[in-house]
Amino acid sequence: MARMKIDNYAYADVPRLGVTGWLRWTWRQVTSMRVALILLIALALAAIPGSVLPQWPQNAGDTRAFIDANPFWGPVLDATGFLDVFGSAWFTAIYVLLFASLIGCIVPRVGVYWRELRSEVPAAPSRLDRYEPLEVATDRAPAQVIESARTELSGSGPVRWFTGYRVRVDEREDRDGMPVLALSAHKGHVRELGNLLFHVSLIGILVAVAAGSLLTYRGQALIVEGDTFTNAVVAYDSYEAGALFSEDDLDPWILSLDQFDAVFGTTGLPEDFTAHATLTEPGKEPREVEAQVNRPIQVDGAKIYLQGNGYAPRFTITDSAGEVAFQGAVPFLPQDGVYTSTGVVKVPDVTEGEQLGFKATLLPTAVASDTGPISAHPDLTNPVIYLQAYTGDLGLDSGVPQNVYQLDESQLSPVRGDDGEPLLVPLRLGETITLPDGLGTVTWESVPRFAAFDLRRDPTLPWLLGASVGALAGLALSLFGARRRIWVLAPLGAQEPGADGKTTVVTAAAWAPAHDSAVRDERDGVLTTATGTQVATSPEEE
Amino acid sequence: MTAQELSWLALWGATALYAIAMVASAVHLARVADAKVAAKARAEHKVTAAGGAANGSAESTATRASAPTTASATPALHDKANGIAKATTLMGALLQGVGVVARGVEAGHVPWSTMYEYTITGTWVAVVVFLIVQRKRDVSYLAPGVTGFATIALGLGMTVLYAQSTGLQPALQSFWLIIHVSIAIIATGIFTVGAVATVLQLWRDYRDDSELPVADAGNALTRASRRWRNWNVRVLKSWTWLEAVPAPAKLEALAFRLHAVGFVLWTFTVMAGAVWAEHAWGRYWGWDPKEVWSFVIWVIYAAYLHARTTQGWAGRRSAVLALIGFVALIMNFTVVNLVFQGLHSYAGV
Ligand code: HEM
Repeated sequence: MARMKIDNYAYADVPRLGVTGWLRWTWRQVTSMRVALILLIALALAAIPGSVLPQWPQNAGDTRAFIDANPFWGPVLDATGFLDVFGSAWFTAIYVLLFASLIGCIVPRVGVYWRELRSEVPAAPSRLDRYEPLEVATDRAPAQVIESARTELSGSGPVRWFTGYRVRVDEREDRDGMPVLALSAHKGHVRELGNLLFHVSLIGILVAVAAGSLLTYRGQALIVEGDTFTNAVVAYDSYEAGALFSEDDLDPWILSLDQFDAVFGTTGLPEDFTAHATLTEPGKEPREVEAQVNRPIQVDGAKIYLQGNGYAPRFTITDSAGEVAFQGAVPFLPQDGVYTSTGVVKVPDVTEGEQLGFKATLLPTAVASDTGPISAHPDLTNPVIYLQAYTGDLGLDSGVPQNVYQLDESQLSPVRGDDGEPLLVPLRLGETITLPDGLGTVTWESVPRFAAFDLRRDPTLPWLLGASVGALAGLALSLFGARRRIWVLAPLGAQEPGADGKTTVVTAAAWAPAHDSAVRDERDGVLTTATGTQVATSPEEE
Repeated sequence: MTAQELSWLALWGATALYAIAMVASAVHLARVADAKVAAKARAEHKVTAAGGAANGSAESTATRASAPTTASATPALHDKANGIAKATTLMGALLQGVGVVARGVEAGHVPWSTMYEYTITGTWVAVVVFLIVQRKRDVSYLAPGVTGFATIALGLGMTVLYAQSTGLQPALQSFWLIIHVSIAIIATGIFTVGAVATVLQLWRDYRDDSELPVADAGNALTRASRRWRNWNVRVLKSWTWLEAVPAPAKLEALAFRLHAVGFVLWTFTVMAGAVWAEHAWGRYWGWDPKEVWSFVIWVIYAAYLHARTTQGWAGRRSAVLALIGFVALIMNFTVVNLVFQGLHSYAGV
């Protein structure tokens, strides 16, 4: 069985024919550094379409529009996963392979590392010529030289294991049969530890993310000032939970929105949003809480994020019989930076006649423009609502859940003015308008604000953070930890004193990767301490 | 003078100084290269003069002979152009520092919340990183690249990207803005200097290649690609100033150290971004375009780090990966901000 070099980290046995041989060969390929490299490049390439094309999970509306606008490419890209890259089979395949490769790579290396740590470092080479050795004569005894080099290199203090070298000293014969004390010092165990910690932490991150998707729940709720929300699945506007999350785990706390502050600059840019609320947890005193964009409210292991806000005009609507058919605040969704907001009012419970529906646009600071009235600022300086009324069947009884922000116009007809055109009436705050044909009246009572909250509980966050910190620490150790070897040889045999009366000629050499030229300074430093002779710092070579 | 005017003037002043520094350092580089070429020629001359000497020793004579000549050429290293380059770069950096701080004072928050602010701060960090590296070793060969990059980026920033300072939007009002973005900028600055060293490494490396025969190549495609390659090699050979640049292996070592620091900081940037996103948006990762690209950049540099230790990839190919990473970094800051929609779009112009 021949040995074939795949790369510097993995050797594969070129297999004889046979299933196990091929399996083993495939596994070696998968765990080789080159395959890891190619998978990394593939991962980077595969991610790019996810930022270029619209994606279902990020923006379903845009994605729908994209498919409609590209009748050929839209469906093709959709079917091949390009419109949901990060959930696609091919993206998943790449990272699963990468992590398989990672595990296959890391597990044996942990074993190797463990054995290496427990065994002695390799002895010094018998000749140091290859490593540009330095020779220094000293009158210290060889044993003294080596002992002080050992102390110097091993380091001291409680963090010695991290900062020092692993050292071994042999008494042996050199090539000419002369006895010599050979010190061999290795550093690199911290670097390797960091490397292993980093790669293992990557696996930890992946596991935490995967577990998170099973255990997380999140829901969205919109609360108008003065209203209250009770934590239960039915109360959310939308709700998602991982497969392992049970609805019974929801704690029935109550959140009421007391006040929402929004501050805008003169140009209309938002400066501050704060929701002041009262939170009542079961069996506890109510407490005041505050949510800001970067400061969620914490409750029962979950966080409540402030995600959006807007106006929720409060209307009172009477029907043709003069009875109050509707009273309440209706959230209007802001459509732009100046809070031009649109909303829909549905009035199903009329005492007589047809049901009423309204489409409305709120301009917080209405001003005239060439194209008609627009809003100039998000603050309520000159609020006007443009109302369009409809009569007919709202379609609420069909049993199909309806979007509260949309009017199903299929069985509705617009209320028309004297000219026969659909009527568009401006309504100011506090005003009441009377609908034509005795249909009723609409009064705009007030404009509370609403806050949109996003609630999320992900019990894996601490694990994720831990794994990330581990990865970062491991990476730093791995990239900045040195990999160095230093050797010091001191002959033991009786030597003739030289002209300067010094008897021991100590030889020292060092090795490190090309980017680490400081190793020579360290070698010189050790030699200086060990011999008591100042060793000139070697000039950096070209 | 208002803070705004001060910032504006200081930044234009810095741009001008960097432009001068770029020219001066290029002149310096050309001189060093000339001196080196001359020294080499003299050394070769001596070797041929020693003609009869045994072939084996010819090489050692050459190295020994070149030593004193390079030594005598050393004064050229401290010529006037170098002095000007160093002084203008330093003054430019000081002036730019004033400009950046003044912008921060004017805006009332850290000067890195818009593309314009990111540009002025990022280029400043790149120059400062270069100055720090220069304190320890002679890296004057990086100077034209770094100052050239700073001149162009700053000039573009001032003319194209300039935006009036505004207050901070609620989503940006966070301690994480300071942490996440400042580290991102520092990483970018370090990657920039690393990219300059990598470009030089590749040029130096390809320069030593010999041209490949075109005629005997199999098909037209190979012939065309060889012609293209040979043309590149010829151009590089004509750039004598590359003589002043250290050997590829040395540049690789320097570039690696920079990339290693940059990579750790970038890892931190991505993680801090996730923590911030968790606070602000309620999810730590949502594959928003900015997040996608930060991830892509991270993965490319990780590939670079692996390539360095993979046979057949170490050297040129890994260097190319590092440059692709840098291109992605610049894309993330330009194309992604301007073209793609995402939650990060408030960082736009
Ligand atoms: C999830 C994908 C991976 C990522 C993000 C990743 C990232 C990194 C990074 C950033 C380094 C640099 C640390 C250093 O240079 O010391 C590194 C080093 C290393 N990685 Fe990975 N890695 C991944 C997968 C793998 C796989 C699959 C293998 C095994 C084939 C592997 C083997 C190594 C080795 C041996 C080193 C040390 C290189 C050296 O000598 O410096 N990695 N990795």
